[in-house]
Amino acid sequence: MTRIGVVVFPGSNCEYDALAAVTALGAQADFIWHSETSITDFDGVILPGGFAHGDYLRPGALARFSPVMEAVANFAKEGGPVLGICNGFQVLTEAGLLPGALQKNRGLTFICEPTTLIVESTRSVLTRGATKGQELVIPINHFSGAYTCDDETLRSLEENDQIALRYRENPNGSVGDIAGVSNVAGNVVGLMPHPERAMSTLLGSADGRVLLDGFVFAPALAR
Amino acid sequence: MSSAPEPLHRALGLTDSELDEIRSVLRRDPNPLELALYGVMWSEHCSYKSSRIHLKRLPTEAPHVLVGPGENAGVIDAGDGIAVAIRIESHNHPSAIEPYQGAATGVGGILRDVFTMGARPLALMDPLFFGELTDARQRWLVEGVVSGISGYGNSVGVPTIGGELTFDECYSSNPLVNVLCAGALPTDRLVLGIASGVGNLAVLLGSSTGRDGIGGVSVLASAGFSGEDGAESLDDAKRPSVQVGDPYEEKRLIEACLELLDRGLVVGIQDLGGAGLVCATSETAARGGVGMDVDITAVPLREEGMQPFEIMTSESQERMLAIITPEHWPTVAQLCAKWEVRASVVGHVVEPSVDAEGEPFGMLRIRRGFDGEILAEVPASSLADEAPLYDRPRRRPESLDAVHADDPTNDEPEGSPNEDLLDLLIDPAWVYRQYDSQLFLNTVVGPGRDAALLRLAGPGLPISERGIALSTDSNPRWCALDPRVGTALTVAESVANLACVGATAKAVVNCLNFGNPEHPEVMWQLSESIDGMTEACNGLGLPVIGGNVSLYNESGGNDIDPTPVVGLLGVVDSLIAPPPGWAWNEGDSLVLVGTRTAAGEVPFPLGGSRWATRRGRRGGNVPPFDATTLVPTIAFVTKEIAAICAGSRSDVTAVHDVGAGGLATALAEMAASTGIGVEVAQLTGHGELFAEFPGRFAMATSNVDAFIARAVVAGVPVVALGTVGGSSLKIGTAIDLKVGDIENRRRHALEDALTSTD
Repeated sequence: MTRIGVVVFPGSNCEYDALAAVTALGAQADFIWHSETSITDFDGVILPGGFAHGDYLRPGALARFSPVMEAVANFAKEGGPVLGICNGFQVLTEAGLLPGALQKNRGLTFICEPTTLIVESTRSVLTRGATKGQELVIPINHFSGAYTCDDETLRSLEENDQIALRYRENPNGSVGDIAGVSNVAGNVVGLMPHPERAMSTLLGSADGRVLLDGFVFAPALAR
Repeated sequence: MSSAPEPLHRALGLTDSELDEIRSVLRRDPNPLELALYGVMWSEHCSYKSSRIHLKRLPTEAPHVLVGPGENAGVIDAGDGIAVAIRIESHNHPSAIEPYQGAATGVGGILRDVFTMGARPLALMDPLFFGELTDARQRWLVEGVVSGISGYGNSVGVPTIGGELTFDECYSSNPLVNVLCAGALPTDRLVLGIASGVGNLAVLLGSSTGRDGIGGVSVLASAGFSGEDGAESLDDAKRPSVQVGDPYEEKRLIEACLELLDRGLVVGIQDLGGAGLVCATSETAARGGVGMDVDITAVPLREEGMQPFEIMTSESQERMLAIITPEHWPTVAQLCAKWEVRASVVGHVVEPSVDAEGEPFGMLRIRRGFDGEILAEVPASSLADEAPLYDRPRRRPESLDAVHADDPTNDEPEGSPNEDLLDLLIDPAWVYRQYDSQLFLNTVVGPGRDAALLRLAGPGLPISERGIALSTDSNPRWCALDPRVGTALTVAESVANLACVGATAKAVVNCLNFGNPEHPEVMWQLSESIDGMTEACNGLGLPVIGGNVSLYNESGGNDIDPTPVVGLLGVVDSLIAPPPGWAWNEGDSLVLVGTRTAAGEVPFPLGGSRWATRRGRRGGNVPPFDATTLVPTIAFVTKEIAAICAGSRSDVTAVHDVGAGGLATALAEMAASTGIGVEVAQLTGHGELFAEFPGRFAMATSNVDAFIARAVVAGVPVVALGTVGGSSLKIGTAIDLKVGDIENRRRHALEDALTSTD
């Protein structure tokens, strides 16, 4: 059975939601405490949303020094699928596993609302089950969600097909309307919207399923 | 500056007769530390000394009530092995002085009340009351309070799923910030704040103790703002009494405490809120009937040189007191270390003492070292439960007859009803989009609708198909005219809101925000309001399972209008599909369910309505509370919507409670949510457009004959009002507005007011 690890830092708060979403898709999920130094027997790793280490200094700046991050880097280097959602995305950029950075929203307020995303690339482990150009309604929930990078990085993101998702209407001032990016290999991906919050029409949208289903079963697909 | 020094007890907020009372309890003169303990514990905020004799009249019992008033939170059995804990509190004065921290620490405090019961906090709601936004200070307060709630609530990982936003001149110097929290727990894990087991340890968890918030309950919460300009002139003098919050500390504290409870490592647990350590130790000891020795030197401190009274009364945030058996201490210490939560043994549970009559009682002793010098020695229950009770004088305000006579109901409307309607529309989305409203994947109906609806699910809970619904309601305009009937109607309004999401009301919590209890008119309002709540709860079959009384909401001698806030918890037995909400479809029929006219002699009363208040007309009368028509109407709507939640097909496509702003506002809100208009035949006049009284529902149906037949069978009044469709809201010859204009005005009203540069 596919087994996904959900990394928990002190201050994480979406870990139970990530666990519930993965389980709903029929895979097994277990927490990985941030002081762990190795990741074994997992087919994929999720860094969930929240406020790791209180987001002190700036989001992700302290979490990158948690012992588990070295294990996450090694797991990624070996091709293991890694997904950072919201705060997890911020941690991955701070850890240098994804390019760019997340800064405060354009309006300088926290925003929690549904957004419409457009699938830009299906090369990443998150978007491989979706179709290019597909529109997905998935909520955002962040204060520091404006993706930013220098022009050269933006050019290389586009050339290497690393932009996984864009907002249809930019909610936060992200460069190029970017909602999610992957590394060059496509096995590490981060996004600010919360696909785990869009798993059921009872809660407003089930559009997150196509993304998480692709991610959870990516290892099997890759084999 | 007075030349004679004030006696210490008065400086600590105690009266001369209260000092005599303390002397008779102790049979000696109290020392200064003991006086300080009584000063905070016998404050209005902690002891409810002015309100307790009236609160006793509220009904508190029902078969599903597991814990009623007096504990940290009320708890009901929600079914399927799940209990729901709920609590509401005010943080009014701190927020008036320092809006961000005042609101943030209000959130932190209410969360601790709920996880103290063993429940994981799952939802927050915030009823907020400010002055008019034409005043720059009010805009500063709104932005500060909202960002404080957002900054703390989002980080601590508890969704904020609703609230209320009220603007009225009476709050301009004394804003109200109320906070409600609901949480859930497996029924068999319920814990209480009781110290038991001689030899057990009292462990202080969380933040170190600093000088912040000393005297918060007595200096800040139990006195009015005396300056003419209210909080403004006293900012600097009272700001040191406001605590500072750290949501990251609280988040780790929640997780550590829930894990301690999950693993059965604590015998009792209590939060440290108002009055800090003295409150937590005396309350747990008093409830358990045991003594408690507290070692003042064992308390981790933020700064050197803190005096024992400062350590005992500090309101430093993010602290809990757990009672554990000594053999569990190593495991507890290890678990806390994992969560980076500080844990220190600060107390020992000791044998009760015996009084002169041979009766056992718990003694609280403050010592320097467990075997060291005794600094204070007082009966725990004398601090916690035996504050003097006051039956303060009450007097009906003399001005009330003139207010009642000045009724706007028969005012000739001037100007255009279209403009009147647009003027009443306000979308609170600017506020609630700053709150995480979705965490835990439970939010079926979020903020901004009649009531919030959540799946009854969360980490560690048994699987359930049920849902819980929450609403907070208030109507100071009604309560100013008639606090008794106004409060009863507020309860009815809340129950009607829950019906719109298919939920059956189960329990009430209240936050009673009133002025200075030393004003007989305010005590009359409070007493009347409690009677009105009692009448409504009895009529609607609801227990009150907890509450908070916030007095001294005054400034410069002016009291706020009576503002009882009702928090209502309900249950939906089967929640597998969302309720219909406000979104009707082209071609639906619009029906009005419930009595078209108000109970009593005036069919469409405008006294206390928003329409009249916007015109500066604040007099008049409110209609009577009439449970006999409300009960069947609410039961019918609840049943119709609950069936949809349970997955049944239905011809009901939309439902909205007719509340503030009246029928015209309800229809405008429904139109704005879909972009589809409606055409309604002539109503009886502007009274029917804008009158406010609970028990009416605007509903849309795709099969009007079948719907009306069901209502008739249920014995519920129903009338077809018109047909959904087109791009305009048309009501007879009175209202004709483009839906796009309604939507635009409603969406931008709040943000435009906040960004005004006047």
